[in-house]
Amino acid sequence: MTILDRTASEGTAADDRRVPRKRGLRRETGAANVFSHGFLLLWGLLTVLPLLWMFVSSFKSDGEILSDPWGLPGALRFDNWARAWTEAHIGRYFLNSAIVVAGSLTLTMLMGAAAAYVFARYEFRGRQVAYYLFVGGMMFPVFLALVPLFFVVRNAGLFGTWTGLVLVYAAYSLPFTVFFLTAFFRTLPTAVAEAALIDGCGHFRLFFRVMLPMARPGMISVAIFNFLSQWNQFILPQVLMQGDDSKWVLAQGLTALAVSQGYQGDYSGLFAGLTIATLPVLVVYVLFQRQVQSGLTAGQLK
Amino acid sequence: MRHGKYPLILTFLVPPLLLYLVFVVSPYLQAFQISTTDWLGYSAEADPVGLANFETLLHDGRVWNALKNNALLLAVVPVLTIGLGLFFATMLNMGGRKGRAGVAGVRGTAVYRMVYFFPQVLSVVIIALLWKEVYHPNSGLLNGTLRAVGLPAPTWLGDPRTAFWCVLAVMVWANVGFYVVLFGAAMSAIPRDIYEAVLLDGASRWTTLRRVTIPLLWDTVQVAWIYLAIAALDGFILIQQMTNGGPNFSSDVIGLRMYETAFGSESKFGYASAIGVVLFFLTLSVAVLALRAARRDRIEYS
Repeated sequence: MTILDRTASEGTAADDRRVPRKRGLRRETGAANVFSHGFLLLWGLLTVLPLLWMFVSSFKSDGEILSDPWGLPGALRFDNWARAWTEAHIGRYFLNSAIVVAGSLTLTMLMGAAAAYVFARYEFRGRQVAYYLFVGGMMFPVFLALVPLFFVVRNAGLFGTWTGLVLVYAAYSLPFTVFFLTAFFRTLPTAVAEAALIDGCGHFRLFFRVMLPMARPGMISVAIFNFLSQWNQFILPQVLMQGDDSKWVLAQGLTALAVSQGYQGDYSGLFAGLTIATLPVLVVYVLFQRQVQSGLTAGQLK
Repeated sequence: MRHGKYPLILTFLVPPLLLYLVFVVSPYLQAFQISTTDWLGYSAEADPVGLANFETLLHDGRVWNALKNNALLLAVVPVLTIGLGLFFATMLNMGGRKGRAGVAGVRGTAVYRMVYFFPQVLSVVIIALLWKEVYHPNSGLLNGTLRAVGLPAPTWLGDPRTAFWCVLAVMVWANVGFYVVLFGAAMSAIPRDIYEAVLLDGASRWTTLRRVTIPLLWDTVQVAWIYLAIAALDGFILIQQMTNGGPNFSSDVIGLRMYETAFGSESKFGYASAIGVVLFFLTLSVAVLALRAARRDRIEYS
C-alpha cells in the first residue's frame, strides 16, 4: 500500500502505476493463501478423519480399539466384516433397503413425473388447488403425521410390510418431486409437443416418447435427491417397520447393531457394519459427484 | 380442447393424488383432531378434551426444557453453518487471486468440494453412531488425541454440561459441506466482471465479501437460513442415537419428546399430537420469520 501511495503522489503515467499495484496484490495473495489453505485443510481433515478412523478401526481387534484409538490394526481382520455381514445381518438389511428403495424410487419417479407433467402442460379445473395441495406438503414436519400415519398404515394392513414402506416413502417424496419436475417441464419448449400432436401422436405416446426423454436431466437430479433421502430414511421405518427384524432396513439394522455392541462391547463389529454401510454410498458419490452435488443443491436454488 | 386429453389427465393425476391423500394429507388432518383428545394408545376410546392437552403442555417442564434446547440449536446452528459455509465457499471460489483474470479458486478446489460434501451423502444414523464412537470417553478418537498431547479427557456425551454442545457440533459438521457447495454454485453465477471492477478499485478481500458477494448471494443465504432453521427444530435422529436426550434430559429436543410420548413407555397419542401441532406452528412461524427478516431487494443480473 505504501508503494502504491508513493507512486500515486508522484503522479507518474498510468502505465507505471499498474506495476506496483500488481505487486501489492500478489503479496496479499501469498499471505492469504497460506491462511486460507490452512483453514481449508483443517476442515478437510475434520471431515475425513472420523471416516478414515472408522474404516481403519473396522480391521482392528477390540483390544486394539480400546488401547489405542490412533493405532493401526495389527492385521487386516476381515472377519470383523464377515461378522457384521452375517451375524448382525447387515448384508440382509442392505438388501432389504435396496428392495424397498428400488420400489419406492420407481413409484416416486413415475407418479411424480406424471403428476408434474399434467400440472405443467395441461389446463383443467382444479389444477391450482391440486398443485398447491401437493407442494404444500413440503412445509409440514413429518413428525406431525407420525402418530396418525402409524394407524393409517396399520388399518390398511400394511404395518410391518415393505409394500407399506414403499407407498409411504413415495407419498412423502411426492411434494418435492412434483414441485421440482413441474418447474422443469415448464421450461421445455412447447413446439416439439405441438408438432407431435399435429402428426397424430396420442397424448400418452407424447409423454413417454417425447416429453419424458426431454426431461431426463431434471429426472436424474430429482432421482438422486430422492434416492439419498429414501435410502437414509430412518424415522418412517422406525415407526412403520417395528417387530419382525428380518424385514428391517439398513438404518434400523445399524442402530440395533449399535445397541447390541453396547452390551457385548463388540466395537470392531460396529465399525465394520458402519463401514459396510458407508462405502457403497461414498463410492457411488465419488463416481457421480457432479450429478449428486447438483442434484442435491438444484432444488434449493430454485 | 383436444380430444383425448382427459384420459391422460385422469390416469396421470388420480393415482399420485390418492396415494398422497391417504398417506400424507389425511394423517396431517387427523393429527390436528387427535391433538384435542385424550387418546391413550391402542384402545379405541378417545374423548375430546378440547384444548386441555395444550394447557398441560404449557406447564410441562420437560417440554419447555426440550424447547429451550431447540431454541439454542436455532440460535447457533444456522449462524455457524452459514458462516463457515460462506467462508469456505469464498476460499474455494475466489481464494486465489492470481493473474489478470482477477478471481479464481485456490488449488485443489474440486477435491475440497468433494470431501466437504461427504457427510451429506451419509445417512444421519451413520453420522450419529460414528460420532458417538468419536466422543467415546475411553476408546474415542477425540479423547485418544487429547490424551496423546497430555490434555484431560472429558466424558463429552456423558456429561450434562457438554452433551448437548457435542451433538450441536456434529449437526454443524454434517451440514457445512452442503452449504459450501450450494453457496459455491451461487457464487459461480455472479458475473466475473463485477469482481474485476471491485478489484480494480482496490477493495480488500473482506470488503469484497461483505459488500459484493454476500449481497449478491442474499437469496441463497435466505433459503439456507430457512432450511437450517427447520433442521434446528428437528435434530431428532442425532439426539436419539447419540444421547437419547440425556444425561438427565440435558440434550432433549422437542421431536424426541414427541416420539417418546407417543412410542415410548406410555403411548399418549393425544398429547403427542398436541406436541406435534406445536412443532408445526413453530416450524411455520420460524420459516415465515426467516423469510421476513431476510427480505431484501432481489438482484438480477441482466
